Amino acid sequence: MASSSKQVTIADLGLGNLHSVAQAFRRAGVVAEISHDPVVLRRAERLVFPGQGAFRECAERLATEIGPALRDFIASGRPYLGICLGMQALFETSEESEGRGLGIFGGRVVRFASDMHDAATGERLKVPHMGWNQVDTAHPMLENAGWYYFVHSYYVVPSDPSLVTATSDYGVPFCAAVARDNVFACQFHPEKSHHAGARLIERFMAQ
Amino acid sequence: MLARRIIPCLDVKDGRVVKGVNFVGLRDAGDPVECAARYSDGGADEICFLDIAASHDGRRTLFEIVERTARAISVPLTVGGGVRERRDVHDLLHAGADKVSTNSGAVANPGFIEEAARAYGSQAIVVAIDAKRVNAAGEAVRFSVFTHGGRRDTGLDAIAWAKRVVDLGAGEILLTSMDRDGTRDGYDIELTRAVVHAVSVPVIASGGVGTQAHIRDGFLLAGADAALAASIFHDGQFTVADVKHYLQGEGVRVRPPEAKAS
Repeated sequence: MASSSKQVTIADLGLGNLHSVAQAFRRAGVVAEISHDPVVLRRAERLVFPGQGAFRECAERLATEIGPALRDFIASGRPYLGICLGMQALFETSEESEGRGLGIFGGRVVRFASDMHDAATGERLKVPHMGWNQVDTAHPMLENAGWYYFVHSYYVVPSDPSLVTATSDYGVPFCAAVARDNVFACQFHPEKSHHAGARLIERFMAQ
Repeated sequence: MLARRIIPCLDVKDGRVVKGVNFVGLRDAGDPVECAARYSDGGADEICFLDIAASHDGRRTLFEIVERTARAISVPLTVGGGVRERRDVHDLLHAGADKVSTNSGAVANPGFIEEAARAYGSQAIVVAIDAKRVNAAGEAVRFSVFTHGGRRDTGLDAIAWAKRVVDLGAGEILLTSMDRDGTRDGYDIELTRAVVHAVSVPVIASGGVGTQAHIRDGFLLAGADAALAASIFHDGQFTVADVKHYLQGEGVRVRPPEAKAS
């Protein structure tokens, strides 16, 4: 079926607004289905896990049937895209709160320090890190030195540094994307990253 | 490092842009969706709608506009005007806004900020502060918070109020100088700098932009994280790309406008 290559399922864990993510896929001509049903998530062709909000709530949702469904999907080898909290959820623990992520990758989620300063201007850096920043990457889904839209206070520190496929800089260098096999996840929001984000979505769909 | 943001703001009433937008080749200069798409493609980092309709019908039209805009653009969209309760936040976010801005609603009921931030996350809650100098001649400078389009003095100190709303969960401050709004004399640097230093969240400077240098000063002198402007863009005086090229030359870090995806 030709149409089958143009479908995506968006996992709804009740963590923030999924409409803009669905909209971004629809703009790319993709049929985007939003679901919280573990059965639907398991049999998706491509799965996107977006999220904004608190790690604690995320961990609570992952402790339901949704967690095993996401793990099964990832084990299936089909393309998986994690966005923001959906990236952090791939790891084990977070400084933000108790609770377990999916633990697909070893590592933890840490907060930006509150006393960081811009090396060039000396200005105090605000947390959350909100706005457009550049990434340093060699990954084919991304553009080296490309600009992407971020909104977050926490970032992942993988135990295995080779998972890190893009970094950005906000007072400290931090992990902006990870990739391994069928799993790609980014801290920024492709759905809000204009053309650069649209191209990431196209490349994810082309896999 | 993070770029400074440029945010064109459109005043919307009953589904139409109120102050005319003067773009070359725009089919309908009064259509907020078309204007937003044009700004987004021209390199705007975010788009802001301010709804100035008071009627129920106008409100319904706004939701349709927000829905259509969210389908059309892929940069963040902030919508403000008439946001007073959690239901308003819900409706706008559900229609496709990324952030909702509240002003009078927050002053009338500060607990609303906390409630909305808890429900939707601080990143979605912008508190708009309209501030005006109220010191008499010879007195130390004081800024007071005004509501209802600058007509009502709340008596709140703008700096203290900014700190308070951040403590309550505001993720960003949209700071407008009522003294400068509409004057084209530039941002109130003193006000903006005071708020930037007082709070731990990003501050959007607003009110008074007439030249590109005013935007530069908002960033370099006041330390604003983002610059909101209306007429400088709507009049066709400068494009967002013009301003960004200028700012790059002045040593301000911005996201360069990008050619359309091939």
